[in-house]
Amino acid sequence: MERIPILRMGDLLLVTIQVDMHDRLAMTLQDDLTQRIVSDGAKGVLIDISALDLVDSFIGRMISNTAAMARVLDAQTVVVGMQPAVAITLVELGLTLHGVKTALNVEKGMALLGKNHF
Amino acid sequence: MSAAHNTAVPFETELLEKHRALRTARLSLPLRTDEDVVYLRKHVRERAVGIALSLVDQTKLVTAASELARNTIKYGGGGQVHLDELLDGFKKGICLIFVDDGPGIPDLELALRDGYTTGGGLGLGLSGSKRLCDEFEIDTRPGEGTAVCIVKWKR
Repeated sequence: MERIPILRMGDLLLVTIQVDMHDRLAMTLQDDLTQRIVSDGAKGVLIDISALDLVDSFIGRMISNTAAMARVLDAQTVVVGMQPAVAITLVELGLTLHGVKTALNVEKGMALLGKNHF
Repeated sequence: MSAAHNTAVPFETELLEKHRALRTARLSLPLRTDEDVVYLRKHVRERAVGIALSLVDQTKLVTAASELARNTIKYGGGGQVHLDELLDGFKKGICLIFVDDGPGIPDLELALRDGYTTGGGLGLGLSGSKRLCDEFEIDTRPGEGTAVCIVKWKR
């Protein structure tokens, strides 16, 4: 089955979404990330969406849900790299990713997760 | 994935020919699976680039297409989408018509309200898509089907 790879770096999990996500893939990623937070004892999750040229309500909900699940599992989530056109569309669509931390790029996202030393 | 010619949806709607006079090309695609949605998004993006829509307008159109295609599959039980290129004088546009022969939408006004959903989603697909496009029209009849027509014009 098609999967998006999750990389571990210390107590962080890193995900870079490079493919055009269909709904099943988004659900699989949400499940995989939640599993890995527990199995790896991760404290932070960084999701890089700079390669995504579209975030619709389904992907948006997946991101919100993942962040909420991570939070109750004692991990922080930061979404980084959103393209400006995606941000404009997302807000006009009515999604604000409430409760999800964002940063402009990976470096700033790492800083937000308290990892300034990579 | 079946060929477009044998996926014709029996729901008869005037929306299919609404922009007939302005239409310069039509591509019809089936909407049955997740992969069909991804395929449609690629096609819509290509057409949007083709008529030189701005990046923001491309993204809005592709996002609206994604929302409505998902609705066609999830609520309509699958169907078809027609991707039309329009020319009105010197103005170019893209029209998408989503058709299914599902149960129809019993209360359209309610369905168009932000946050209303019967499917456990966010309830933004229909209302959000409307905001992302220049024209938006729905034809739905209980027990027969639903058609949604959206247009984005090049500014």
